[in-house]
Amino acid sequence: MDTETTVNTHVTSKASSRGLARMVARVGQIRELGLLAVLGVVVAFVGVQEPRFLALSNIEQILQSIAIIAIVAVGETLVILSRNVDLSVGSIVGLSAFASADLLKGNPSLNLWLVFFFGCLLGAVLGAINGVLISYAGIPSIVVTLGTLNIYRGIDFAIAQGSQVNAYDVPESFLSIAANRILGIPLLIGVAAVIAIVASYLLRFSRQGRQVYAIGSNPDAAEIIGIRKARIVFSTFLLSGLLSGLAGVLWASRFALVDSHAASGLELLVIAAVVVGGVNINGGTGSILGAMLGTIILGTIQSGLEILRFSPFWLQAIYGAAILIAVTLDAVITRRVGRLLTERRLR
Amino acid sequence: MTPAQPLVELRDITKRFGDVEVLHHVSFQLFAGEVHALVGENGAGKSTLVKILAGVYAPDSGSILLDGEPVILHNPSQAQRLGFAVIHQQPSLFPDLDVAENIYMGRQPLGRFGRVDWGLMYRETNALLQRLDAHFDARTPVRSLSIADQQLIEIAKALSMETRLLVMDEPTAALSAREVEDLFAIVRQLRAQGVAILFISHRFEEIFDIADRVTVLRDGAHILTKPVGELTQAETVSAMVGREMSALFPKQEAAIGSVILEVRGLTRAGEFRDVSFQVRQGEILGFAGLVGAGRTEVARAVFGITQPEAGTILLGGQEVHFSSPTEAMRHRIAYVPEDRYQHGLVREFPIVSNVTLPIWQSLSNWLGIIDQRRERAIATDYYNRLRIRATGIGQLAQSLSGGNQQKVVIAKWLATNPRVLILDEPTRGIDIGAKAEVHRLISQLATEGMAIIMISSELPEVLAMSDRILAMHEGRVTGEFNRNEADQERVMFAAMGQVTDGH
Repeated sequence: MDTETTVNTHVTSKASSRGLARMVARVGQIRELGLLAVLGVVVAFVGVQEPRFLALSNIEQILQSIAIIAIVAVGETLVILSRNVDLSVGSIVGLSAFASADLLKGNPSLNLWLVFFFGCLLGAVLGAINGVLISYAGIPSIVVTLGTLNIYRGIDFAIAQGSQVNAYDVPESFLSIAANRILGIPLLIGVAAVIAIVASYLLRFSRQGRQVYAIGSNPDAAEIIGIRKARIVFSTFLLSGLLSGLAGVLWASRFALVDSHAASGLELLVIAAVVVGGVNINGGTGSILGAMLGTIILGTIQSGLEILRFSPFWLQAIYGAAILIAVTLDAVITRRVGRLLTERRLR
Repeated sequence: MTPAQPLVELRDITKRFGDVEVLHHVSFQLFAGEVHALVGENGAGKSTLVKILAGVYAPDSGSILLDGEPVILHNPSQAQRLGFAVIHQQPSLFPDLDVAENIYMGRQPLGRFGRVDWGLMYRETNALLQRLDAHFDARTPVRSLSIADQQLIEIAKALSMETRLLVMDEPTAALSAREVEDLFAIVRQLRAQGVAILFISHRFEEIFDIADRVTVLRDGAHILTKPVGELTQAETVSAMVGREMSALFPKQEAAIGSVILEVRGLTRAGEFRDVSFQVRQGEILGFAGLVGAGRTEVARAVFGITQPEAGTILLGGQEVHFSSPTEAMRHRIAYVPEDRYQHGLVREFPIVSNVTLPIWQSLSNWLGIIDQRRERAIATDYYNRLRIRATGIGQLAQSLSGGNQQKVVIAKWLATNPRVLILDEPTRGIDIGAKAEVHRLISQLATEGMAIIMISSELPEVLAMSDRILAMHEGRVTGEFNRNEADQERVMFAAMGQVTDGH
């Protein structure tokens, strides 16, 4: 065998493919870099016109206001990565918020940890119901969660019966949770950050996390190689529900006043944030970091529009535009990269 | 040379899908360090056998023995753990993930605290890829790789496990000659390491090049297993096709008239090359060949779905160019595609709407409103002529049996009043009784003077129904036979790529 030529061709082809791989990795990061750039532009634009916007207290205010969305967005990212969608998160947040506030109203002396446990458990159960119907009954997730979106909200209406829980109904200690600071960081922001970091780590470094990507990328192949698709998809819905349940308790603590309309329509904000963050709506690609940046961008735009005294009517339209721009950009970049790669291979 | 104990033994494997028995008491043995070719016609049961070895299907009866011990393959991951690696016909990979993850998905090397060790995974993948002399590395996204490269990943996957049996289901179908050589070098290497390889291919050159032993399946039954040296190609072919011809095909003699459709030197790169044939009035021209031989592609080009790059199509002596199926239909050509759901039938419509779908324009007034009385009259006419069995023309297509659905699709195209009817696998997936009905219908249409092209991968069907037979292999015409000179062996030879002179 002609070892020398083999080795030679090997070296050159490997070098070029390594360069190619590096290029791909770089482009892969660009989506997150691009998100940072968008964020920078928004911040600069608003900051020039209204310097108050750049004050640390305002930035903290923005992060506080999106922390709850961010927690829900982590769960939604898991679901979307596996080529599914969870439309019921807003209703789960709402139901958990009302139920836990109502629980505390009836038993003001209850241990607050128990209230959080209750909210998480409630969310997990609601998420598990979604998961069972999707994974084991085989109904498409968009249909299941469209149904449970209404059912969970309906249960919320039924138990609230038009009532609301006011700030004076619950212990002061509960309301101060959201305002608490740990090591100088507002608790809400800290909790959201820890959840995002843990989820990122698990998605990257656990076999199950990688299997979420595999299922989203090619569900049939995933089954052929023996990935337990049903179990993994079920888990993503369970986690999405659990995080929404937690977000609900935090919601009650932060806003003090909870009625049965709490968090209505939140699912659309969350999905928008995740998709703007570069998570492919068809699953298989995306990251928690991207979803978090997407959440921050949308939150910053909202705050900027408020601070610049834009009509709130514009807000919705700009949300819509941001989603479309992000998704279009995503499609264009993906196609460009694909073409670039093919050309390089053919050469 | 072969060790006494087989590595894997299949004993009396039987598998049924509904009423159809696709594997019937199949038994054979696989030894460590042999390349074992599995051959058979389409539908002989090869793919089902592969899926049983992969742990995708469980056999209804019979057993699989590994090292003489019976094993039960509950699922794919268990089959993998036992050392059974399967390379399916279509690479089943994750396009969004990189090469390393595709190889190790679900069994990534773990470091401390059960953490996926990416560094180790990349190093091991690169070592594997180096062994296979691949030109890409572990971090390359799979989306950017060619089919041949993707196949290489499947092989790397098999190498990364402790593979004892490697099953390759038509691995060479999408590869170039050079790529096949590279693949065979790897296969020989694995054989030398004591891996048993079950190799499925339709190409005789490859089988006789690489296999040590050959097993032939026919209609789900084991026909023979022999060392390759004790078999000739002719013997293999006759074992594959040696089916008794049934009396199911009632071909009526039709008066054959003048040439209606003539195709000269039709070529489309990557699909077919230099294809020429004629069809006459009242004649049934059978297109024999294996799946992927290019027959459907020729039909699509004749029908105007795709455009040929070279060659001419003459209709009634006039040269024609169809830039769309609508134009072909206007010239009274009809094409009944293979996949009735994808192209032929609207399942949610009743029979009547399906039948009149291609001609609704001629049934409607200037406002586009369909004359329902005429529509029903036409549909009823075909309903009766084709003996569609249903509760009436109002029954939804989705609730019909496969055979009756096929008749509806044929009725739909007959409603366009064609001179040339192209049927692509007209009896695939329908039961025997309905098959005979479809054959009777085709034969009747020919006696009425229609020119018919029938594409079929079932040799007995082609032999029984056709006035003339054209055999194709890998995009080329490899034989043409008259009814009286065609027999199973000769046509099969041609369909397997052995060019014969039929005249």
